[in-house]
Amino acid sequence: MSTPPSSIFLILLSSFIGSFGAVFLKLGAERMRGLASVVKNYWLALGVALYLASSVFFVMGVAQGELTILYPMVSLGYIWTILWARLFFKEPFTTSKIGGLVMIIGGVALINLGNA
Amino acid sequence: MTSPTLLEAPFDTRAALRRSLFIMFLCTLTGAAAQMLIKLGTKQIGAHITLVDVAHHPSLFFRFGLDMIGNPKLFGGYAMYGLNTFLISIALKGRELSRLYPIIALTFVWVTALSIFVLGEHMNFYRAAGVALIVGGVSILGLKAAPRKS
Repeated sequence: MSTPPSSIFLILLSSFIGSFGAVFLKLGAERMRGLASVVKNYWLALGVALYLASSVFFVMGVAQGELTILYPMVSLGYIWTILWARLFFKEPFTTSKIGGLVMIIGGVALINLGNA
Repeated sequence: MTSPTLLEAPFDTRAALRRSLFIMFLCTLTGAAAQMLIKLGTKQIGAHITLVDVAHHPSLFFRFGLDMIGNPKLFGGYAMYGLNTFLISIALKGRELSRLYPIIALTFVWVTALSIFVLGEHMNFYRAAGVALIVGGVSILGLKAAPRKS
């Protein structure tokens, strides 16, 4: 049994959507001032909603195929997070971030080679 | 001494650091176990839904979400994730998450091992090498050029 491309795509989508969940949670957290601001905080609500949507796509993805192929692809979430941190929060790229990023992409590529 | 707060973080003790590392380590184990529950739960839901299906019938997305909540294994798996997140936030108090990445990356090892021994999936050279590369990659993400000495 090999893992269908549709499952691989669902996991990619899930990690992509989830990474935006993190962005909005951070935007929301920066605006937190007391309990009222937590309840009426649309950034936080959007962040949570994106996380929920991300986990629905994740479960749809792992429903078909092997976890040894699909779970490691969760690490791609780190790639998105580094990109958004640079774009939205001006957090600089560092040598270790770029090195880790290349290794993660290489690892995911290798795992997909092993999908046979 | 009172419980540690964010303000006391710079005067961290070795014992507190060890406790954080230990909690994080436990969280990688429970996180991997949660992942097993989730995969086993999807076998009970059984429905094969692709993105194309969702595009044609968007209501499938919400129905699938409700199925997830109604499945004890999936519910249990995500409840464990919730507990994990809570424990991690305690372990992290005043620490940078990125510096604990080498421990967090262990989750990939546990999930792969459990997939083989619990789910009966097969392993090959590419998959093992890929996981090793990912664990290495995630571990170095948070490294600083010159680590601070405290």
